[in-house]
Amino acid sequence: MSSPNLRKSPARFTMPKLTYRVWKVWRRNFDVFTKTIKVNFLPSLLEPILYLLAFGFGLGGLIPSVQGQPYIDFLAPALVAIAIMNGAFFECTFASFVRMYFQKTFDAIVATPVSVEEVVAGELLWGATRSTFNATIVLAVIAIFGLIKNPLFLLVVPLAFFGGLMFGSIGMCFTAVAPNIDFFNFPSFLFLTPMFFLSGTFFPLTSVPLQIAAMAVLPLTHIVNLTRAVVTTHVTPILGLNTAILLLISLTWIIVVAVFFFIVSINLMKKRLTG
Amino acid sequence: MGSQEVLIEAQQLTKKFDDFTAVDHIDFKVYRGECVGFLGPNGAGKTTTVRMVYCFLPPTSGELKVAGFSVNTQCRQIKNLVGVAPQEDNLDPDFTVLKNLTVYCRYFDIPKDEAIKRADEQLKFFQLEEKSNVPIDALSGGMKRRLIFARALINQPQILLLDEPTTGLDPQARHLAWDEVRNLKKKQVTIILTTHYMDEAAVLCDRILIIDRGKIIEEGSPAELVKKHAGEEVLELDYDEKLLPTLKEAFPDAEFERLGERLQIFTDKPHGVFEGFLKDHPMQNVTIRAANLEDVFLKLTGRGLREQ
Repeated sequence: MSSPNLRKSPARFTMPKLTYRVWKVWRRNFDVFTKTIKVNFLPSLLEPILYLLAFGFGLGGLIPSVQGQPYIDFLAPALVAIAIMNGAFFECTFASFVRMYFQKTFDAIVATPVSVEEVVAGELLWGATRSTFNATIVLAVIAIFGLIKNPLFLLVVPLAFFGGLMFGSIGMCFTAVAPNIDFFNFPSFLFLTPMFFLSGTFFPLTSVPLQIAAMAVLPLTHIVNLTRAVVTTHVTPILGLNTAILLLISLTWIIVVAVFFFIVSINLMKKRLTG
Repeated sequence: MGSQEVLIEAQQLTKKFDDFTAVDHIDFKVYRGECVGFLGPNGAGKTTTVRMVYCFLPPTSGELKVAGFSVNTQCRQIKNLVGVAPQEDNLDPDFTVLKNLTVYCRYFDIPKDEAIKRADEQLKFFQLEEKSNVPIDALSGGMKRRLIFARALINQPQILLLDEPTTGLDPQARHLAWDEVRNLKKKQVTIILTTHYMDEAAVLCDRILIIDRGKIIEEGSPAELVKKHAGEEVLELDYDEKLLPTLKEAFPDAEFERLGERLQIFTDKPHGVFEGFLKDHPMQNVTIRAANLEDVFLKLTGRGLREQ
């Protein structure tokens, strides 16, 4: 099959070359979002309220305290973390897939000076923005319930952005290999749902094997650690680690994984879109 | 007509998808101001070639230069100069008609005021003004095609790639599109057009490349190709075996082709030879017509259906 003058195929894996044009893709999604903001706003607002009422007050009323704090105080920062996870993950899976596969929006954009890498990077930054938006709404809700205990709580905003970048990039890897939209049921049920329950969100991770597993493979655990620190300063101890070291590990974990999957997902998407 | 300045040049251009070779070591040149038609059956490699020109697909091997820029390394420069009207509808359904154009302008770094001005001009020309604030879903198929055409012109391209631009258009809209193509040719815009409509190619293209199975099998002006492969006139009549010897005797140099229940006779003799014959042998269901590009196309690419 191979002919002698066949050029060496381009490297499989490259650092994406990105310019300011990334923001034009971001801006496209932002424009659509602002058009439908009322529809986007309502679920993000209602969901945390329901969780606080059902689990915080309802279930929490049956629980005397969790490691010295009321259950609702324990729960509130986890809701911020869950909003960060869901915002970008769903944006960069279902929503990006619709734009790529059904609407062919990416095809239209790459016929302009914007490159495939920039389209994907713009989608990822947009996913991170969705996480930030959702997390901020949850933050506002828990503020109204009087559950913010740390003056540095606004650090949630950058945390949400980088956490969102991580979850969005992981989601985008699934988008790059998804044969159809139903495929996303696998990561949703096999990755997101276990993470939702088992990342120290609704109960503290007390067994050592679960602590190790959660720290190793459930990114949400690290987001929960950090949102707890930022919202209530009350971090649940894991593996007997000093709080500062635990937070440093979580922060590093998020940055390393976000950067890694950011690059990997762009490469995988490029391969999918240009063959 | 085109100048002598080569604007697009392909050398041994090849594109493979796994084991399938869509474009197979082709060479071609397109000159500035020229309108070149890519004709070929479905799956011949036309769209793949066009997609390589605007850097949508990277070539597997060979060279492809557009306005002196290499598609391997200088995509940004190329895409700035090129306007693309793709075959499929990839308008942005999340926006209105006008916003589709202004958002597209943004990708080209066209400032907002200028974008609105250009969008209005295009909508006016393509008679979509009244639909300006309508969502894409509310447009008919023909309106969508027109909007795709308008969008392809929004960056005032030097090179326009039209991939089946008139498929699904009614005759009115088709003529509107043709007018615009002629208008752009006057402005020295270089055009590559793929189409399944032979009349469209004959009317618009200065030069035609016939592509089949990833290779360019013939090229020339529409008139040259017709003269070379189909001659001047065609006599079409019901196939009748008993009549065949008489016909062969009457037209010894003509080419005969049976098409199911019809017989076509091609001649490169001047007009009038068939009329004379019919005067002596009156019959039903006969047509004399000028040879055309469709005859050439079918002759060169065969009559079998593709994509089966």
